[in-house]
Amino acid sequence: MATLAAQLRTLFARELEVPERREPGAVSMRAVDVSVDRGQRRVLESVSLDVRVGEVLALVGPNGAGKSTLLAAMAGDQDIAAGHVELDGRPLDRWTGTDMAQRRAVLPQQHTVGFSFTSLEVVRMGRAPWVRTACRDEDADAVREAMEACDVARFAERPFAALSGGERSRVALARVFAQRTETLLLDEPTAALDLGHQEAVMSLVRERARAGTAVVVVLHDLALAAAYADTVAVLEAGALAAYGSPREVLTENLLSRVYGHPVEVIAHPRSGAQLVLPQRD
Amino acid sequence: MTATTAAPAAAPPRRRLRGGAVLAALSIALLVLALVSACVGQVPTAPMEVIGSVLHRIGLDLGPMPAHPSGEVTLWQVRFPRVALAIVVGAALACAGALLQGVFANPLAEPGVIGVSAGAAVGASAVIVTGGAFVAGPPVAAAAFIAGLITTALVYLLARSEGRTEVVTLVLTGIAINAFAGGLIAYFTFAASPAARDQIVFWQLGSLNGATWNSVAIVAPMAAVGIAVTMTMATKLDLLALGESAAAHLGVNVERVRQLAVVVVALLVASSVAFTGIILFVGLVVPHLMRMIVGPGHRLLIPASALGGAILLLAADLGARTLVPNADLPLGMLTSLVGGPFFFWLLRRTRRQQGGWA
Repeated sequence: MATLAAQLRTLFARELEVPERREPGAVSMRAVDVSVDRGQRRVLESVSLDVRVGEVLALVGPNGAGKSTLLAAMAGDQDIAAGHVELDGRPLDRWTGTDMAQRRAVLPQQHTVGFSFTSLEVVRMGRAPWVRTACRDEDADAVREAMEACDVARFAERPFAALSGGERSRVALARVFAQRTETLLLDEPTAALDLGHQEAVMSLVRERARAGTAVVVVLHDLALAAAYADTVAVLEAGALAAYGSPREVLTENLLSRVYGHPVEVIAHPRSGAQLVLPQRD
Repeated sequence: MTATTAAPAAAPPRRRLRGGAVLAALSIALLVLALVSACVGQVPTAPMEVIGSVLHRIGLDLGPMPAHPSGEVTLWQVRFPRVALAIVVGAALACAGALLQGVFANPLAEPGVIGVSAGAAVGASAVIVTGGAFVAGPPVAAAAFIAGLITTALVYLLARSEGRTEVVTLVLTGIAINAFAGGLIAYFTFAASPAARDQIVFWQLGSLNGATWNSVAIVAPMAAVGIAVTMTMATKLDLLALGESAAAHLGVNVERVRQLAVVVVALLVASSVAFTGIILFVGLVVPHLMRMIVGPGHRLLIPASALGGAILLLAADLGARTLVPNADLPLGMLTSLVGGPFFFWLLRRTRRQQGGWA
């Protein structure tokens, strides 16, 4: 009866409440001893992480280490065998879909859109969680800003299906930005991008973090992680092998072991930035 | 600067205007076609006489009454119910097509192609056979609904894997369901009494012949509820185009949308199949054409498809009555002759766009 009343209220309310944004440093999401089973196999073994407002957390590790699985578990896509994920102080299963959509946005690895929706229409879909809230007044603003930031305003009227791979991933990222949530979960946002757009996207991501967003990003490129992440979590065979600042975590010993290939970590001769390179003879 | 920030985010003004204009144009076309359809037949009637007759019925003493002695009876007992049934069935089928395509995020989903129509037909023919030739309308409609519900749920379960539907799986599932339903209908035809057999065979061809106000009164509310509920799902259907998990991330309760869609599709298909039999491809052709005109957004697509479906079926029925003098061609035959090649073309096009069947 109580849930029915709550549903009716949601249905007829003209203005729904929106979550408050918090100060940098506040924990927006938390994974607590999260384990995931796929079939009989345990693919994630009691992983714990804090995601903080104002910070970029990079998930790195070799193929099959469980990066995307962990992200899916944090997004609520993946059934969890043990442990739990908290969003804004509450376990995921205590939120409704819309509540979660107002607090975190998810960028999937694959970008497909059925039918001939234009880029603009796709980005606008990111505003869906804010219908019937005061934030809908920001809709036009959020969409325009996100499209400009991701450099996709030029093909606003082109159908999504007609775009190239790189253009699609930037439109998808713009949709996620337009959602304007406190937390962003990004699964390989740089995968299909050229070098220039990789840098542009990662600077954008860091800028978002500095402006008061918590970001979790799955990355393959360790140099990108070293350059843009505040915290790096290295996954190895479903477990957390290391967790800390890039300087602490991205070491030759650890990376050589985790990737099963000798890795060199050197300082850039001019900037001193960390460079991660596989050893080649 | 203020002008740009004030721009509405829901839909670009250009398309909204165009959408309104398209809906208005479709409504006018539907009215004109309904008028033409009511004029054509063995008892000649002029358009003004049809309008006059309707006005007199609603209490306005305007316009001429039909000159032919049996004109008034023909209009109200034969043609008007038939026109009304064509509108209801066409709108229901096209709406069901748009809804199915939205839920599957796939332009090839259609009640006839994926076997839902045949499934509903099994339910209806079972009632006709067991109840004899005197069975009334409501049980037939109810049986079509229940069988349609089971079939839609079955197709949904069989054709999906890991949150998405592959075209090949969907179409192959349709073949299997259609074959199985065809076998059941064949059995019912075989086991039926001669009178019931005639009814089944005739009704399998798909026809509006024999439309009565009774049948309209049963299926019109079903179709109206179905279309109204589909309209409320429009935004969610848009989001489903992003894929199920992305839609869920944006707050769509995918499971609930899915369950509701299954029930609504069954309701819409049953309302069309119950008294007119199997009419294929309307749900495929119409939403596709409408998408070209109003774009893929479901808020416009659904009403436009409903109107377009009504127009298409009314036109097809007009053709069925007039193409061959003194013969009433089966309507399902006509839509299949047009829809089959169209489906083939759509298959080729979809395949080309996707670069093969992944």
